[in-house]
Amino acid sequence: MTEKSIRVGYASCGIAAGAGEVYQALEKSLKEHELDIGLEKVGCIGMCHNEPIVEIEDDEGTYTYGNLEIEDVDELVKNHLVEEIPYKDKLITSTDQEYDYFSKQRKVVLRNSGIIDPESIEEYKEREGYEALEKALDMEPQEIIDTIKESNLRGRGGAGFPTGMKWQFAKDAEKDEKYLICNADEGDPGAFMDRSVLEGDPHAVLEGMIIGAYATGASKGYIYCRAEYPIAVKRLKIAIEKARDRGFLGKNILDTDFSFDIQIKEGAGAFVCGEETALMHSIEGERGMPRPRPPFPAQEGLFGKPTNINNVETWANVPWIMRNGAEEFSSIGTEESGGTKVFALAGKIKRGGLVEVPIGTSLREVIFDIGGGIADEKDFKAVQLGGPSGGCLTTDHLDTPVDYETLTEAGAIMGSGGMIVMDEDDCMVNVAHYFLDFTQEESCGKCTFCRVGTKRLLEMLEDFSKGKGGDEDIEKLKEMADKIKKHSLCGLGQTAPNPVLTTLRYFEDEYKAHLEEETCPASVCRELITYTISQDCIGCGTCAEECPADSISGESQEVHVIDQAACIKCGACQEVCPVDAVEVE
Amino acid sequence: MKSECENQSFERDVESVFEKHSSEPSSLIPILQTAQETFGYLPRDVVEKIAEYLELPVSKIYGVATFYAQFRFEPLGDHMIRVCHGTACHVKGADKIGEAVENKLGIETGETTEDGQFTLERVACLGCCSLAPVMMVDDTAHGDLTREKAKDIIKKYEEDGHD
Repeated sequence: MTEKSIRVGYASCGIAAGAGEVYQALEKSLKEHELDIGLEKVGCIGMCHNEPIVEIEDDEGTYTYGNLEIEDVDELVKNHLVEEIPYKDKLITSTDQEYDYFSKQRKVVLRNSGIIDPESIEEYKEREGYEALEKALDMEPQEIIDTIKESNLRGRGGAGFPTGMKWQFAKDAEKDEKYLICNADEGDPGAFMDRSVLEGDPHAVLEGMIIGAYATGASKGYIYCRAEYPIAVKRLKIAIEKARDRGFLGKNILDTDFSFDIQIKEGAGAFVCGEETALMHSIEGERGMPRPRPPFPAQEGLFGKPTNINNVETWANVPWIMRNGAEEFSSIGTEESGGTKVFALAGKIKRGGLVEVPIGTSLREVIFDIGGGIADEKDFKAVQLGGPSGGCLTTDHLDTPVDYETLTEAGAIMGSGGMIVMDEDDCMVNVAHYFLDFTQEESCGKCTFCRVGTKRLLEMLEDFSKGKGGDEDIEKLKEMADKIKKHSLCGLGQTAPNPVLTTLRYFEDEYKAHLEEETCPASVCRELITYTISQDCIGCGTCAEECPADSISGESQEVHVIDQAACIKCGACQEVCPVDAVEVE
Repeated sequence: MKSECENQSFERDVESVFEKHSSEPSSLIPILQTAQETFGYLPRDVVEKIAEYLELPVSKIYGVATFYAQFRFEPLGDHMIRVCHGTACHVKGADKIGEAVENKLGIETGETTEDGQFTLERVACLGCCSLAPVMMVDDTAHGDLTREKAKDIIKKYEEDGHD
């Protein structure tokens, strides 16, 4: 018998899907079968669509089991561990098989996620952890910055500013005290890359920060983490504690003159705090509102001191670059941008999850090869990149390489990495409205263009979704969107119109259908759709019982009727009808 | 008016919040977070104590606290229901889930049921996008929801509440 070990994916989505129960059932079953096999909780394995996931590793390879229910666990143990025959019913893939979901990916940032126990510093060290720090401490700070510059690493928070240059500004600022911040305020709806990195490999982020602090001359660091990520915060706290015990953090790190420590600050639920100056105000205990730049944080940042701020994923790349060299890293991506990018692939996709690909990979490869295409045999319509600051791209863009420049040119942005796939049932006016509703709500109110402008834009979109408006209103919408982009103070306002502008650019027909024909082609906008019951109705009465507005009537066994005046168009009847007799148009 | 006994326990709770934090102005948000954890929300008298401790005006404390979505100024129900409205959930029908829950509980989003059992909120994103649509009851996330499933989940909590 070969040596085996078992890993259970224990990140937020795994836990939400029932990883806790599966772990307990595994523990119990192993005990019952008197098996002494290592059982471990690891971070995100990346295949969120198959959660809960269990991986069994032996000398020959790794077997990945997914969509496990508690009842499957004992069968899995009996088959794979007692009789040593893989349990085919729930086997997703194994190392001896080619599996598209993984073969097109390249793991740099996520190299440890789903493999090591994130609460164990030993396991991180076994995989070359903290070796980059040791190497860096033997180098001159300027040499480190030069390495980062040569690597072509660019900020993964969205804007893509060259990281090495940012570090240089901070290093060149002559002040006794400097700060360093990890921006972990991942606020885009539909994005969970940073959370997964923090939950799956917190030491990689810490190691990156310590190296960055040494290179720029910072003595204190903060991790500003979203309050909605309790597991990430807990694992970070453990990691910081352990790094301090081992002498990687604190006074005289690894017996050198260099001292640096990290503190966690939990955000309090304000999207605008992802903007760097707003984030710093929040750490200072103020309302998280942005301020004009210059002065840039590298000159005058947190508490008025020079501050270097990078995103979680950016930090997690740093140890890899220091270990493997700038050349190796820059060879992965495109000419302008080195390395990989992590995406949170979700929406109407067959295989959603956490995906890491070389920068420059095409959207088609990500959505169709890795993601397996559109779920439920529907047609691809659009993909939304970059959350509320990004844009919707279409079939025409599927062969677009995913890099900072081409995406910006197409009207979207790389953003932090949310990638939401939409199908024929999604209305683009509704999607634009959704994002604007979000940014309007999250606008801090400091500058007029964002505060008033997003509100007015939203009102116009509300009218559009009711079929109210004409061509001149579309022009007005464009003009206003343009003004908001140009005159808002911070990134939130400057990018807020993007979802509106891209949907208008690529789906103008759909806007026109709302305004000219007063129809919603995807049957989403409530004011423009009608529910009716066809002759297929068997008169079971389920819909009438379900209807929250009591708008359905009819005798038992006879075709029912919807009172259009009372109908609130919620679609509940359609969902419960056993014979699909409720139609919408 | 609080009884003397209540008053003592209140003072003790307030002290326990301050023990964990310095009185630097930058401690304000962590103090508000600990206070909310201790009291469930931020009652006026607690806010006044925080102002005293940090030597800041009460208006300043409210100014900061009201800026952030996390802080609340009214007590909560026994169970907190958060319906996720992230992008993935939105395209998979989060609005319908929210409506079904509202109908089931007879309250609007943002309100607490009369019996104090449930508070209903909408959140921007819970980050379990592959399980969309999702809602979270207290600390447990429930995914792949339909209207029916959402209502059944609430029913279970209702029944447990009457045990």
